Amino acid sequence: MTTSPTSTSPTAVPAGAAAGEPLAVERRGRRRVGGRRALVLGGLVAAVAATFLLALAVGSVAVPLDETLRVLAGRAPHDPRWTVVVGQIRLPRALTAALAGAALGVAGLQMQTLFRNPLADPYSLGVSSGASLGVALVVAGIGGSGGTFTAKVAGSDRFGVVIAGAAGAAIVLAAVLLLANWVRSVVTLLVIGVILGSAVSSVVSLLLTWTAPERAIQYWTWSLGSFAGTSSSDLTVFAPAVGLGLLVALASVKPLNALLLGENYARTLGLRLRRVRAVTLLGASVLAGAVTAFCGPVAFLGIAVPHVARRLLDTADHRVLVPGTLLTGALLALACSIAAQLPGTGLVLPINVITALVGAPIVIAVLLRARVDVAGAA
Amino acid sequence: MAPGLVLADLAVGYRRRALRPPSLRGRSGRSGRSGRSGRSGREVLAGLSAAAPRGQLTVLLGPNGIGKSTLLRTLAGLQPPLAGRMRLDGADLARLGGAERARLVGVVLTDRVQIGLLTAAELVGLGRHPHTGPTGRLTDADHAVVRWALDAVHARHLAARPVGELSDGERQRVMMARALAQEPSMILLDEPTAFLDAPSRVTVTALLRRLARERNLTVIVSTHDLELSLRVADQVWLVDRTGALHTGHPDEVVGSGAVNTSFDGDDLRFDPATRTFELRGPL
Repeated sequence: MTTSPTSTSPTAVPAGAAAGEPLAVERRGRRRVGGRRALVLGGLVAAVAATFLLALAVGSVAVPLDETLRVLAGRAPHDPRWTVVVGQIRLPRALTAALAGAALGVAGLQMQTLFRNPLADPYSLGVSSGASLGVALVVAGIGGSGGTFTAKVAGSDRFGVVIAGAAGAAIVLAAVLLLANWVRSVVTLLVIGVILGSAVSSVVSLLLTWTAPERAIQYWTWSLGSFAGTSSSDLTVFAPAVGLGLLVALASVKPLNALLLGENYARTLGLRLRRVRAVTLLGASVLAGAVTAFCGPVAFLGIAVPHVARRLLDTADHRVLVPGTLLTGALLALACSIAAQLPGTGLVLPINVITALVGAPIVIAVLLRARVDVAGAA
Repeated sequence: MAPGLVLADLAVGYRRRALRPPSLRGRSGRSGRSGRSGRSGREVLAGLSAAAPRGQLTVLLGPNGIGKSTLLRTLAGLQPPLAGRMRLDGADLARLGGAERARLVGVVLTDRVQIGLLTAAELVGLGRHPHTGPTGRLTDADHAVVRWALDAVHARHLAARPVGELSDGERQRVMMARALAQEPSMILLDEPTAFLDAPSRVTVTALLRRLARERNLTVIVSTHDLELSLRVADQVWLVDRTGALHTGHPDEVVGSGAVNTSFDGDDLRFDPATRTFELRGPL
């Protein structure tokens, strides 16, 4: 190949030329792009690690960084209380935030690609509404109509809330998967999901109007979201669930890339559409359902994180984008978790307030700086 | 030479009425030569027997809404045939799995592709899908095929450009390169020149003919560009208003008068001598 890319006219390229060597410019360009992406991913890893440490050090009681590291390493810190503060309160909270952020970001990316819609998010198919209904039922006491298990649930034990949330999410998910087998058009599926979600939400509202205010407030608190409620034993369920969902996403980068072309093209590339659709919906819903059950319906991260990751990495290629979204999600959620503790004060804000207040300006700024419009990025 | 695509008594259409595109809805189904009138409302075209040899450009012509896209979608494996056989170099296309078919058939559809953040080369790279491993990582050999495919459609200089910034003509060439990157034996194109200006239309059509010759491909392209395609096509598949398929060299099809019966209207007439349309009477 002797033609340089800048001077190529249709006749300058020999017709049907053998594949030939890559032009030096092309080779350099590919390496530069690859290098930039590796750099961004590496930077994200470092930022997540740093923010994670910060999340352990910052809060109502400030713990010096070196002491935090000391606790993490299993050695006794200067002040024995710090072992409890860092090890038993902040470590589960930070892990939860990181996992939840990664989960919501990746689930959002899966949904946006599957539905080819930049507005899709992990809750687009009503998963969080299902979880809300489960929790509302528990709070309203209707779920507890017999048996020792339900008695425990009705006691609004935390475990009961988690089980109810997960069950609600699973039921909606099952309904959606059933529909997905029927409905051919993803747009129709998305619309049905949104409608289903609002229908379920109105049932929740109805339930709450019949519930005593002091019980309804439990639901309200749950619905504002929190990374702080998860204990170490919660994490033994939460972490594997999220890990499984993330593995599914990482394993499906190839079909997700094919879906960028649209469903028809994807099928002509040999993609088994129904299976890919079912696996993706299942994976994303497990991620979203787990987060909702343990942390409440954490808003905003799911829709925003994939967009931020696309800008940072400047690509739609899922082989880069899935890990990038995972890291960006963990980073943003950790930052929100730190902000929610309002360092220096004793105040703790609901996580949904922070995700929207802190996240929205960042995301809008990122989108405004983008060269390519959002619609084309999904 | 390999036989390319051979259709034998093929019937195409929709199993369920609800799935028919709106452009075909409300039209009563045709009973083909095989006389399956009991299934009317589902069958779009029936009794299709034709050949599209390798190394030749086959042009699919016919009035709007007659079922050209349905036929192409069936050949592409996007919907199952209702009856009959379609064999590519002897292999029954309807019985192939998705991945196998993807290695034999490349497709350019009318679907609009909107991927802002993918470069043209990355888009063409997606065409390697049926050949890559579980992660979809492109090897050096895959990159070489991508470069070859871009060269083949004169789009190497577009490789690093984001797809969102390409013109319609450029994007259409990149989509053709993507189909080529599958290294298929047959390429199907549904109205690839529909949104292009006149020079791009000639470029793309000439390109298709050259690809068929040089790569020994079966190329089937549906188009409304009758005058141009009659000049460059090796084979014509003409679906007339009754749904019957006329096939052959352009000279034969024009000579048989099939073009006239398919396209002549009150105002417009096809002149077989000049192979152009002319107005009938004063405006």
